[in-house]
Amino acid sequence: MSTASTEAAEPRDARDTGEARSADRSVSGAEIVFDDVTKTYPGQTAPAVDSLSLTIPAGQVVMFVGPSGCGKTTSLKMINRLHEPTSGTITIDGEDIRSKDETELRRHIGYVIQGGSLFPHMSVRDNIALVPRLLGWDKKRVASRVDELLDLVGLSPERYRDRYPRELSGGQQQRVGVARGLAADPPVLLMDEPFGAVDPITRQRLQDELMSIQEELQKTIVCVTHDIDEAIKLGDRILILQEGANIAQYDTPANILAAPANSFVEDFVGSDSSLKQLALMRVSELDLHDAVTARVGDDGAEAARAARSARQGGVIVLDDKRRPAAWVGLREAERVGTLRASSRDLEVVDHRATLNDALDSMLAASHGGVLVTGRRDEFLGVLEFDTVTEHIQTLTREARTGESDEYAITPSEDELQDSSVEDDTGSGSKHGSEDDADPSRGEQA
Amino acid sequence: MWEFVSERWQDIAYRAFQHTSLVVQALVLATVIAIAVALLVTRVKALEPVANAISAIGLTIPSFALLGLLLPLVGIGTLPSVLLVTFYATLPILRNAVVGLMGVSPLLMESAQGMGMSAFGRFLRVQLPLAWPVIMAGLRTSAQMSMGVAAIAAYALGPGLGQYIFTGLTQIGGQNAVPYAVVGTVGIIILALLLDAILLLVSRLTTSKGIRA
Ligand SMILES: Nc1ncnc2c1ncn2[C@@H]1O[C@H](COP(=O)(O)OP(=O)(O)OP(=O)(O)O)[C@@H](O)[C@H]1O
Ligand SMILES: [Mg+2]
Repeated sequence: MSTASTEAAEPRDARDTGEARSADRSVSGAEIVFDDVTKTYPGQTAPAVDSLSLTIPAGQVVMFVGPSGCGKTTSLKMINRLHEPTSGTITIDGEDIRSKDETELRRHIGYVIQGGSLFPHMSVRDNIALVPRLLGWDKKRVASRVDELLDLVGLSPERYRDRYPRELSGGQQQRVGVARGLAADPPVLLMDEPFGAVDPITRQRLQDELMSIQEELQKTIVCVTHDIDEAIKLGDRILILQEGANIAQYDTPANILAAPANSFVEDFVGSDSSLKQLALMRVSELDLHDAVTARVGDDGAEAARAARSARQGGVIVLDDKRRPAAWVGLREAERVGTLRASSRDLEVVDHRATLNDALDSMLAASHGGVLVTGRRDEFLGVLEFDTVTEHIQTLTREARTGESDEYAITPSEDELQDSSVEDDTGSGSKHGSEDDADPSRGEQA
Repeated sequence: MWEFVSERWQDIAYRAFQHTSLVVQALVLATVIAIAVALLVTRVKALEPVANAISAIGLTIPSFALLGLLLPLVGIGTLPSVLLVTFYATLPILRNAVVGLMGVSPLLMESAQGMGMSAFGRFLRVQLPLAWPVIMAGLRTSAQMSMGVAAIAAYALGPGLGQYIFTGLTQIGGQNAVPYAVVGTVGIIILALLLDAILLLVSRLTTSKGIRA
C-alpha cells in the first residue's frame, strides 16, 4: 500500500475543495479517484502500479512525476482504459470507468501525448475535428469549434487550419495536439509529457498558454512530466511517484518545496529549494522597468534621441496592437531610419511566466532583460536581469537568516488554509492575475 | 510490318483491351486479398515470417509451371488466366502492404485508440491511408509483372496479346512469325508503360498531401 504522510487526510480535503469550486465558478472538470489500483503486465512478476489510491479533484491540474519506469504512463493510461487494471477500480465523477463502452469513454477524455502525435495525412482541421466528428457533431458546429480552438491555442485559423502537420513547427504541432485534446470539450484531459519534444523557450510558452487556457476552462488535467520545474509551475498538486507507482508525496508545489516528505522527494525536487521557488514566482510580482517605446513606422533617429535623454540603451518598437515587434539598440535605430518589425524572435515572456522562465529567456537573449507582455500580448515593461538577481539574493538571505516571514520557505498551517480559501473564491491562486498576488508571499519588497 | 499492323488493327486493339482488362481486374482482386492478408499478419505477429516466405518463394515459381498445375484443376480459358495473374499480382502487394501497415507508428495508432476510434476506424482512417503510398508502390511493381504473366496465360487460351506471341513462336520460320511476336511483345510493353503512368497518377491522387513525397 502506498501511503505518504500527507495522504490520509488528502482525499477529504480535496473533495471539499472540488465542491467549493464547482459551487461558485464554472469547473467543467470531473473528479478522478483511483481506489487500490494495481497493474501487473503479463509475464512480469513485479507490478508496474502497486495499490495506488489517489483522488484527483475536479478542475485541478495534477502533475505526475517520478523516475523513469515508475509507472506514470501506466497509471495515466488506465484512466482512459488503454491499459486495464489487474485489480482495483477507477471512477470518474463517481462512475466506474468499466461501466461504459471504452470507445465512448475515450471520446470524453482528451488525450495528448508527446510531440502532439498528429495524424500526418490529415490537415490541422481534420485532426482537431476528429473526435467531434466521431461524436456526430454537425458540420457547422465542427467548423466553428475548430476555429475557436485554434484561436484558443494562439494559431490563426485562416492561416493554419488547412495546413498539414509537416508544415508546422514542433511547437505549433504541440499546440494543435492540445487543441485536438480539448476538441470535444472533455471534462478530463490526460497529457503524457506533452511538451517534452520542444525547445525550452517554446516549452515555456506552451506552458503559459496551457495555464491561461486552464484558467478559463477549469478542466481536470492529469499531466505526466519528467521535469520537476514544469510540475511546480503547472500543477495545483504534484504526485511524486517511486518505483511501482508508490506515492512518495502528493501535495501542492509550495508544500512539497517547503516540506519534502522524505529524502527521496528531497533528492527529486533538488537541493536548492530557494532557487526552485523561482518557479513559484510570477514575473508580475516583480517591478518592471519602463522603456522608451515607438510605433512601427516611426522615425528611428527621433526614437533614439528620446531614449538617450531617458538614459535607455534601446527602443522597443510596438505594432498597432501594442504588441512588441522589435527591440533595437540606439545605433541601429539611428541607422535604419524608419522602424520596422523584427524578423527575429523577440525575448518576450508573459506576465504569468515564472521567474525561472524569465531567467531562461534572458540567458537566450542579447539584451540582459526580457520584454513582458500582458493580456493579448500587449507590452507591459521590461524585466531586467538585475531585478531578478536582486530578488534571488533577497530570497536566499532571508532563507538563511530566517529573520523574515515574508518569503517563508515553510508556510505555517494557517497560511496554507488562507491560501486555499482564497483559491476557492477564485482569486489569489498561483494562476491568478497580477492584481491578486498570493497573500502568503507578502508584499513586493 | 506496317501492313501487318494496319491489316489487323482492330484485332490488336481488341486484344490490347482484353489484356489490360485482365490485368486490371486481377490487380483489384490482388490488392483486396493482399491487404486483407497483410491486416491479418499485422494482428498476428507470428504470421509475418510465413507471409514473407510465401511472397519470396511464390515469385520463384515459374509461371508456366503454375499454369500447368492449374489447367487440370480449372480447365482452359479465362478462369486460369485470372487465377494465374492474381496469384503473381498479390505477392508484391502483400510484401509492401505488410511493410507499410507495420511501419505505421504504434504511437499514432495508440493515440487514435486513446481518442476513441474503433478498431475498424483506426485501420481505415489511420493505418491504411498512412501505408497507402507503400502499398501503391507494390501495386505498380505488381502491374508491370502482371502484364508479362498475362501473356503466359494466353497459353491456356486466355484473352490478350499473349496469343500473338505464341502464334509467332509456333510459326517460327513462317512469313508472319516475326511480326506476330514483335507486335505482341511491343504491345505489352506499351500497355505496361501506359498502365504505370496511370497508376502513378492514381497513387498521387489517392495519397494525402500531408504525406506525399
Ligand atoms: N506495454 C507494456 N508491457 C509490459 N511492461 C510494460 C509496458 N509498459 C510499461 N511496462 C513496464 O511497466 C513499468 C512502468 O512503465 P511506465 O511506462 O508506466 O513508466 P513511466 O513512469 O511512464 O516511465 P517513463 O518516465 O520512462 O515514461 C516499467 O517497468 C515498464 O518496463
Ligand atoms: Mg512514460
